[in-house]
Amino acid sequence: MKLNERSVAHYATCDSPADHAGFLRKRVERHHHHATSYQRRWFVLKGNLLFYFEERESREPLGLVVLEGCTVELCEATEEFAFAIRFDDAGARAYVLVADGQAAMEAWVKALSRASFDYMRLVVKELEKQLEEACKSLAACRKSPRKSSSSGRKRHLSNPALLPLQEKPAILENGYSTWGSGGGVPGGAACPDRDGGHAKPPPLPPRRRLATGSTAGSPVPSFSPAMPESPVSLATVCFSKLHSWYGQEIAVLRREWQERQKRGHP
Amino acid sequence: MRYNERELLSLARQPAEKAAEILMRVPKKGSVLKKRLVKLVVNFLFYFRTDEAEPIGALLLEHCRITKEEENVFSISFIEEPERKYCFECDSEEQCLEWIEALKRASYEFMRRSLIFYRNEIQKMTGKDPLEQYGISEEARFQLGTHKQ
Repeated sequence: MKLNERSVAHYATCDSPADHAGFLRKRVERHHHHATSYQRRWFVLKGNLLFYFEERESREPLGLVVLEGCTVELCEATEEFAFAIRFDDAGARAYVLVADGQAAMEAWVKALSRASFDYMRLVVKELEKQLEEACKSLAACRKSPRKSSSSGRKRHLSNPALLPLQEKPAILENGYSTWGSGGGVPGGAACPDRDGGHAKPPPLPPRRRLATGSTAGSPVPSFSPAMPESPVSLATVCFSKLHSWYGQEIAVLRREWQERQKRGHP
Repeated sequence: MRYNERELLSLARQPAEKAAEILMRVPKKGSVLKKRLVKLVVNFLFYFRTDEAEPIGALLLEHCRITKEEENVFSISFIEEPERKYCFECDSEEQCLEWIEALKRASYEFMRRSLIFYRNEIQKMTGKDPLEQYGISEEARFQLGTHKQ
């Protein structure tokens, strides 16, 4: 079965944040061989993928373990600090790994047990629900008049306290946030909006910036009238919608920022 | 790069987020659109010949770009090789847009950012860190801002 290996290897080695990394000894599976041996490898956990490299500085992973449908458990091995990744698929081989010490072993077991996509998805869904509930109760309590820029349009969830734009990376590609500062800068690092040169607060979401509506005091130049209306309302806080909706504004802001950078602004 | 193909094959048999028969073209010289069963499972997109049980291939959907091309068509390309596109021609514009949405949300990195976003919003609104109950609030991967290992 083919796999987009080049891209996978690139994901493994690029500077997107690793969830955990360290040396582990990996048991070498040899059939018809009584003596077990271990090879020390550099392991990097990114999401639900566990990569291993020959050396820490290796430019390409030796291998990959997809952490879906598996459990991580301490194992009875002659080695101390050993644990195993076992798959639900009975015939699949297990990976036996040995850490340097108790703390390292515990950290790895913890990180690996929570690495599955489904676990992440569960937590995200739960938080999404919690946020909706928080919004609703907040809305119920809130009595302050709402400044509406156009009739009948529902408010974006967080009104003035909206998460400033710089805390959401400019997500232009799936999973790869780019701030234009060269390469994959993880969310928040070297945020251009945080610099001293921009004294004004981050702009509020562009819900008001339709062709007809405009709010006085908006610090950011208005965008093209093609900017769609915010799909977000109190009742439908959904990151993916916010994400694609902001993505457009962020693309514009990013271009502007890049142009300012070129002109030598701090 | 070694990988356990068996694990991937097993994953390909799991219930899919989304599956459909779609015309697909791989970024290889001279390749043409072929009907494939395309199946999205976690952050992998598997593609099968329509009458086979085992996939021909899998695409890991991290650091990829999903682009709307012409009508009914979208493409998947990867950060380091943006010109190499896997093209998909759907039966309808609606199906095309649904797939684009689903694929954009299908990466682990996307979920990580969602989680950080929600966490931050909840913290602002309620003053409480929602991750504490899971015992994962200290994990580096969930920290807002600079994400250091």
